[in-house]
Formats: sequence, structure tokens, C-alpha cells
Amino acid sequence: MSADENSYTTDEMMTVAASREFEDGTVCFVGIGLPSAAANLARATHAPDCVLIYESGTIGAKPEVIPHSIGDGVLAEHADSVVSVPEIFSYWLQTGRIDVGFLGAAQIDRFANINTTVIGPYDSPKVRLPGAGGAPEIAASAKEVMVVMPQSSRSFVEELAFRTSVGYLDGGDSREQLGYLGAGPTVVITDLGILRPDPEMKELTLVGLHPGTSVEEAREATGWDLRVADELETTDPPTEEELQALRDLRERTEAANKEMRVLDDLVHKSRAAKE
Amino acid sequence: MTEVVSLREAVAESVNDGDSVALEGFTHLIPNAAAHEIIRQERRNLTLIRMTPDLIYDQMIGMGCADKLIFSYVGNPGVGSLRRFRDAVENGWPQPLEIEEHSHAGMASRYVAGASNLPFAVLRGYVGTDLPDVTDTIAPVTCPFTGEELMAVPALNPDVAIIHAQQADRRGNVAIWGITGIQKEAVLSAHRSIVTVEEVVDEFEPHPFQIVLPSVAVGAIAVVPGGAHPSYAHDYYPRDNAFYEAWDPIAREREAFREWMERHVLGTEDFGEYLESVAKEAVGQR
Repeated sequence: MSADENSYTTDEMMTVAASREFEDGTVCFVGIGLPSAAANLARATHAPDCVLIYESGTIGAKPEVIPHSIGDGVLAEHADSVVSVPEIFSYWLQTGRIDVGFLGAAQIDRFANINTTVIGPYDSPKVRLPGAGGAPEIAASAKEVMVVMPQSSRSFVEELAFRTSVGYLDGGDSREQLGYLGAGPTVVITDLGILRPDPEMKELTLVGLHPGTSVEEAREATGWDLRVADELETTDPPTEEELQALRDLRERTEAANKEMRVLDDLVHKSRAAKE
Repeated sequence: MTEVVSLREAVAESVNDGDSVALEGFTHLIPNAAAHEIIRQERRNLTLIRMTPDLIYDQMIGMGCADKLIFSYVGNPGVGSLRRFRDAVENGWPQPLEIEEHSHAGMASRYVAGASNLPFAVLRGYVGTDLPDVTDTIAPVTCPFTGEELMAVPALNPDVAIIHAQQADRRGNVAIWGITGIQKEAVLSAHRSIVTVEEVVDEFEPHPFQIVLPSVAVGAIAVVPGGAHPSYAHDYYPRDNAFYEAWDPIAREREAFREWMERHVLGTEDFGEYLESVAKEAVGQR
């Protein structure tokens, strides 16, 4: 049964829509934040056997809460294996063992190139962003890439301030000429709808809208002249089950956080060690 | 056999002004106590190396320890950006900060090359990105056997590597388990090393995915229980997520940041006193 349109948020719709892109059994290299939430929702619902890999070296991670950082202890606790950072990038990502790379982004352009480095000039940035992390090589070597991010004219831009990770470069076959192993981004999921690259030109095209959003809204939230598919799909709203699973996941995450009284314990330990 | 010394002695002995220093730990086992000791001893003009600069480098940069940063992802995980780092890059406060930025794969490869005594590493990546335009330690290289074009990055050989681990044994071997990140490569690539540990034990017990750094690879060991806080030590204490959230407002303004650091870090003798000090003010406690 589907939830009523007023009973979920656009953020929940985006996360649920992203989770549905997962096929069960997929080996997925997961970025922190939205991708991680969506991946774990997929694992809690229709894709219990997907293999989640985080760049901290955890393979087959099975966190019961959404990790705060890419190297939280919950990722290692029930993992199939934990390897070093050089190993995760060299032996796993660079060799093509990853089916899907799942990324977020600060800015994206019409060919799904991604910026996570700076806004404004590099040498005197208006905003200094975190930088590359694992993204450039995930974008290069995962067999395919999925991107999840909220859509606005500030994040969907005509020209990136910095190209941190390559989508389809300048479109057409320009990515192929770079010699990368992976095929590139296959889907971008936003809070408004779903975009996929045009098969030839590789330009991102709006192919679906979430309930209650419009083409006009999507155009306004895009910094370039957005291509729109002739026939637009409407995303099914979150089912009761999906919504419950997502909210349970978030509740468990908050509860686990509140329980912690780390400092007091450490003070005791530290005193005991001095004696 | 590696000597067990105080952290103060270890830093005084191994870290000099102008050194390149790698404090590693990938979210897990971040050597916060050692970073504080470097701040207390007022080291200057350091080149700081770290894949994921977080609170410790925000503090070291804000306190004027560094004039260069080599990194691949800089942020306060789960919270946002690093205020002191951004102030240094965007406004040159307290001094300009030169940056050399890579991807994680690039940094990991650089440590591996350093630990292997090779001049550079080769990887598939960076092509088509803007990173080679701004970072001159990324350059194309042609495979002499196949003619394939790849990217090369130079080895990292820090003057000093500093890590935190769960245990050392009486002979000075070091055991790390849980997420082991890049610590082994950082220590083996460096000229000198310091390892802070939660405790010294008679014998290691086996733990899943445990690695052991043999004593011959370890320069100095210092016992600092809780020394990774607010990061975590697997099987010892969890990550203090609330502290990471509390850090953002503390670091927002220059004056408030300085005052906080003077009270809790410069104004305390060691990490034990620091923990008491922040616990008393319930920093990050809800």
C-alpha cells in the first residue's frame, strides 16, 4: 500500500527512489550521507543480499544504523572482510569488482560530471568543499555510477567550478576516449525526479517526476536548459513498508547516538591508568 | 625493542619545526592526543599530511602549526566543513596554507610507494578531472611494456608518522584491529614514527582482521588511554558523534576557538587533564 502524499517528505521520497535502483546482490561502493542511507534502506527492504563496500575498507558491511562517517565501527562489526585503504582502491575498485558506485555531490553538470572541490576560483574559493575523497576513481572504475542529490539551480549548474569526478566529460563518446573501465553514471535521483543520460549525446534527461512535482519545477531547479523525455514516468510514492523501514533506520540511528556517554567513561579510564 | 616513553618526550624527540608529519587513522583511531601535544609544544611550519583532515588538523591549522597541507578529503564527517581550515584557505588566517590535494586512491598509492622505497606509484584515475591542473604531483606516465598511458604520483616519505592503536605488547609490537585504514603504510613510509596506544599487554589475543606492526618498525610508543577521542577505538570506546557536532560552533569564530584551545589544550598538562577539562564542561554532551 502506498503512503498518502502528505505523509512523507521530499527527502524521504528521494531516499526511497534511490533505494529502488538497487538490485539485490549488487556489489556497491557506497558514499557517505544520502547514498549510504539509501543503500541501507535497500538492504532493509528488497535487497538484503547486496554487498556494501565503504572506502574505509569494509566489505559486506551490515550496519544496523546509518553511519555518521565513512569509517564508523558499525561498518566493521559485521563485515565479511575488512581490508586496508590501498587494498580497497587497488584490488577492489580499480579491477572492476564493483557493480555500482553510489555518490552524492555538491554540483553536477548536464553530462553528470561532479564537483566536490570548490565553488568559485580554485586559488581564492568562495566556498572550499571537502575535495575528492574516493569519488574520482569510483566514477572511473565502478561498472556503473548512481548519483543522489537534491536538485536546485545552485547544484545543477551550467558550468562546474571544478571537475572533481568525470561523468560523461563533454558528452557523446568523450568519456570512452579516456579509457576508463566503468560505463559512467546511469541515473541521477533527486528530490524532484529521476534523470538518465541520453543514449547518444549522454546529456542528462528528466525521465520521471516524483508525485506532486512538475516539469516547470524541475526546469527552474536546473541551471541549464533541461532536456525532458517525451513520456514522463511518475514515481510510485513510498510504500508503507519502505517508509517504516526508513524511519526505523533513522530512529535507531538517533537512539544509538543519544545513548552514548563517551567522555565520562574515558575520564574514568584515564584516571585508572594514572593510578 | 621499542621504548615506551611519555607522549611529551616522544613528540619532543621526534617532531621538529618544518617537518612533514603524517597523523593517520581513517575515522577510526585518529591520534588526537598526539596532535594536542604538538600544539602544546608549539611546533611551527609543519607540512601536515593526512588523507582525511578532520578536527585534529582543524585545530593544528587554527593554532598556527602548519604552512602546508597534503590531503584527499577535508571535512567534519557527518557535520560539515572545517571552519579553521577554510579560514586559512579562504582568508589566510592565522597564516596562509598551501594545499596539495589528491584523491584517496592517489594518497593511498603514494604511501604504498613510500613504504616500498619506490619514487612513484601508478594508478588508473585522475584522467579528465581538473585535479592534475592544480596539483603538480600528478602526471601522466607511459607503461614501458604495453604503451598504455596511466597516472603517476610521487611517493610520500614523511619525516614522522603518528598513529594511535589499541595495544602494544611488552616487546613493543603494536596491534590494530577493526578498520585499519592506512596506518601500516604511513608508519612504514616514514623516517620516524610514534604510536600511542590504549594499553600495554603481556600477550596479544587474536581479533578479527587484526594487523601487527612489528616492534622493529615502530619508533616510540606512548600509552594514552582515550587518546583517539573524539574518534573511536574499536572494542574500547565508541565515536563521540556529539563532540564532532559540538566542534562546529566552537571553531566558527577565531576568538572563541583560540579561547577554547587555550583553556582545554594549552592550559592542560596532558590528554588525561584535557579529557577531564572537556568532560567538566560537558562538551558535546546533550
